[in-house]
Amino acid sequence: MEEKIRVLVAKPGLDGHDRGAKVLARAFMDAGMEVIYTGIRRTPEQIAEVAVQEDVDVVALSCLSGAHNTLFPKVVDLLKEKGADDILVMGGGVIPEDDIPFLKEHGISEVFGPGTPLATCVDYIRSHVKKEA
Amino acid sequence: MDVKLGVLAGDTRAVARAITWVENGDPRGAEVIRGVYASTGRAYIVGLTGSPGAGKSTLVSRLAALLAARGQKVGILAVDPSSPFSGGAILGDRVRMFDVALTRDVYIRSMGTRGALGGLNRATRMAARILDAAGFDWIFVETVGAGQAEVDVHDVAYTTAVVMAPGMGDDIQAMKAGIMEIGDLFIINKADRDGADRTATQVESVLQLSMTEGWNPPVLKVSAELNTGIDSVVDTIERHRAHLVASGKLDALKTRMAKLDVLEILKARLADTMKQQLDQPAVQVELEKVASKQSDPYSLADIIFEQSWRNI
Amino acid sequence: MYDKESVGRLKAAKAKWQQGADRIPAGKTSKTYSDCRTSSGIDVKLLYTTEDVGEMNYMRDLGFPGEYPYTRGYQATMYRGRLWTMRQYAGFATVEESNRRYKYLLNQGQTGLSIAFDLPTQLGMDADHPLSEGEVGKVGVSVSSLADLEVLFDGIPLDQVSTSMTINAPAAVLMAMYIALARGKRISADKLNGTIQNDILKEYSARGTYIYPPAPSMRIISDIFAYCSKETPNWNMISISGYHMREAGCTAVQEVAFTLADGIAYVDAAVKAGLDVDSFAARVSFFFDAHSNLLEEVAKFRAARRMWARIMKDRFHAQNPKSLMLRFHTQTAGCTLTSQQPDNNVVRVTLQALAAVLGGTQSLHTNSRDEALSLPSEDSVRIALRTQQIIGYESGVADTVDPLAGSYFVESMTNRIEEEALKYIAKIDELGGAVKAIERGFIQQEIQNSSYQYQLEIESGKKVIVGVNKFQVENKPFKNLMHIDSALFEKRHKELDAMKSRRDTAKVEAALAQVKAVAGSDANLMSAIIDAVDAYATLGEVCDVLRSVFGEYRPDATF
Repeated sequence: MEEKIRVLVAKPGLDGHDRGAKVLARAFMDAGMEVIYTGIRRTPEQIAEVAVQEDVDVVALSCLSGAHNTLFPKVVDLLKEKGADDILVMGGGVIPEDDIPFLKEHGISEVFGPGTPLATCVDYIRSHVKKEA
Repeated sequence: MDVKLGVLAGDTRAVARAITWVENGDPRGAEVIRGVYASTGRAYIVGLTGSPGAGKSTLVSRLAALLAARGQKVGILAVDPSSPFSGGAILGDRVRMFDVALTRDVYIRSMGTRGALGGLNRATRMAARILDAAGFDWIFVETVGAGQAEVDVHDVAYTTAVVMAPGMGDDIQAMKAGIMEIGDLFIINKADRDGADRTATQVESVLQLSMTEGWNPPVLKVSAELNTGIDSVVDTIERHRAHLVASGKLDALKTRMAKLDVLEILKARLADTMKQQLDQPAVQVELEKVASKQSDPYSLADIIFEQSWRNI
Repeated sequence: MYDKESVGRLKAAKAKWQQGADRIPAGKTSKTYSDCRTSSGIDVKLLYTTEDVGEMNYMRDLGFPGEYPYTRGYQATMYRGRLWTMRQYAGFATVEESNRRYKYLLNQGQTGLSIAFDLPTQLGMDADHPLSEGEVGKVGVSVSSLADLEVLFDGIPLDQVSTSMTINAPAAVLMAMYIALARGKRISADKLNGTIQNDILKEYSARGTYIYPPAPSMRIISDIFAYCSKETPNWNMISISGYHMREAGCTAVQEVAFTLADGIAYVDAAVKAGLDVDSFAARVSFFFDAHSNLLEEVAKFRAARRMWARIMKDRFHAQNPKSLMLRFHTQTAGCTLTSQQPDNNVVRVTLQALAAVLGGTQSLHTNSRDEALSLPSEDSVRIALRTQQIIGYESGVADTVDPLAGSYFVESMTNRIEEEALKYIAKIDELGGAVKAIERGFIQQEIQNSSYQYQLEIESGKKVIVGVNKFQVENKPFKNLMHIDSALFEKRHKELDAMKSRRDTAKVEAALAQVKAVAGSDANLMSAIIDAVDAYATLGEVCDVLRSVFGEYRPDATF
């Protein structure tokens, strides 16, 4: 059996800064994962639908415009509605530390801010992905 | 979630999970196929091949939008190359297909080649069966567009479309023989660009040299980005389908499809078994002999094959 | 600059010196003697001498400031005559708060305004658009109509301040609003001073706030050039930007190359549309990044000036000396700021600002220390402004023009950057120009490759980022961060409804119909847009009309 970790790297909202998202996508690929990148300016509805169609293990949300408190929980809620709450949802971008507890309460399992080493993100996924029994 | 029932009911999550299982070689995938295979055979499968940058993904998304607007259910399997070193992949076709991301009755699945040498993933054909069983009317398989992609796509689809774009080095000289023989239709995308007419003429003249009876592959000029000419593509595919039905060729293709379904499973199983054999310590010793030229690969292969055959 | 014979003697002497130097063991973590490079991959020797600049000719390669090829500065007296403009990019949430922040900054000694708009505004969407939820007022001020601009500039004399608006895809609409605003205050358009960024090409390759596809976007820009060169002669109608591509991860050489290639594309488009190059080129301005490698950055700015002068003379045959001058605004590199030990960022910004000043920038924005975390607080923004003031008034570097000229290293590096950048421009020319290069994904791919390369060097430790991969401490949460009220979406919705109920609907509809008609023709869009916004048509309404005619850009993704 050959399992691959599938990751959806997504940019919700209007923010167009994709340097971090793209660097992460490459790092995940180098780590042997299959990465689907949404491109910029995606709605939470689109992101959740793609996550389910692609049967991803992880959704990695990136937002640098400050709209994360509105957008990230929305993605989590939509995934839950679709019965896909076993997907690991993580966040990154420009997110003040004060907002992290709120995000975690709303289903974001971890937030990786600027300066986080790529290896940290990769290791986190490897150790936290919920693989079916 | 009962995946098999979900697939038959067309549930997105079930379909997605079933595809993951067959892709991973998970035994549950085989179980699902066993349970749904009887419900396959309805969907019409179209393969798209052509060099990277020709605009296959954008074109497929326009085709899907058009067909969905006509009330059809469309499934898309988009294949991108996996890294031979890390085994990972960036599956980038989706980015170009976002305007149908929320269209009802359009399902898109991105797949990495995962070490397969052609333009497809080994599980692509089973993924197509799953979509078929889930009630999709159309299944588009989009290949990587390099290597042996043309041959591969011919094995999974009824109609094969070759997509080209002007100015991308798609000159006749650069075209491989395989493509010209395998295409049922040739689509010159980005027709608004310079050189589109020239490319079309070149393709037409080469096709003249190999007129097949009954069906002459048309050359279409479209612009996926500007959304023009898309209906002509659908019309052509439907004409080809009608031709296959009328000439009895579709039945032959379906039989071939079934044969290849079995063959792919056999190949995978045999390959796994053989690999396991090669990892046996006793065999390692024999391998050393081949490495040091005391024996040759054919002799060792004969021995292993004979022994495995007894064990199968 | 130096005669061949003495350079030859020097070469021999240096070879002897090198032997001694090579024998000194390098420290464990220091760069090796043989492999040391700048961000652009240009190698950095241990020592530079006259040998490295011997081929140079002062008048041909440097000249005097204010004279071709402008390497030493675009103007003769530079900062001795007048310091650079201290222009801090600002604007957040509401027009009322932004108006207060602008007055605060002007009082604190800032000499020009730089307006940041929120993402809905930058994307030609009104604040009540469904996609605006969560985004209104976050990265800048929300402006949906002339009514908003009236509040934004309340009490600010438009004929006395210089206003820079960071707006691209909807630049024509914001420019139209500004002109209409001035009219309302009885200020004639020719008295207006300022800039609109209006650089759509870098949106496609790096920044992401595009609306329409490339061809109609270039048409809009040509229309703006034609209109502004006649009606607003003191207004910079484009700020061709390298900053964003640099922030997206490209190198210094790429920054210069891609920016100037974009510049060539704009001048080309305007000339093809029938404009005489000298009628607008003087009002073309640029916007660069000031990154961390101080001396490479100084060299970069000087190389850019010399290259643009040569391009405008040789390629476009501009006659007016003003058309040959590269004038630029600089912002310190946001991507270098760390969330770890934020006070370190004050030091980073200082060095980067210094590079910009030594490089001869016309105006400068210095980032605040907390910007890796949020929009800057008032305290942080004040420190950023003081940084410029201390450099300008206390350090002495502004006392003489282009002080680093003649440095063997800086001149050599200037030459090398020009050399490497010209290779890129030649490649882009081969591809058919910047627009085609972007369509093929060439520029984007180069940026992505450099960005990934940079990240790998950080991961491996080859590149040190203090506080992040070396000299780390336990992270203490940063206090007093700026927070934007998310209830703004509702508030703005109500404001827009109220504004719409006050305006003459028939007049708006007629004006919008006119915009649509002009968009479908060859005529210049500006007058029609001004009339529409004057009647209080909203930004979204005007942009939607244009969307219906031009379509929307469908991007690809490169990695």
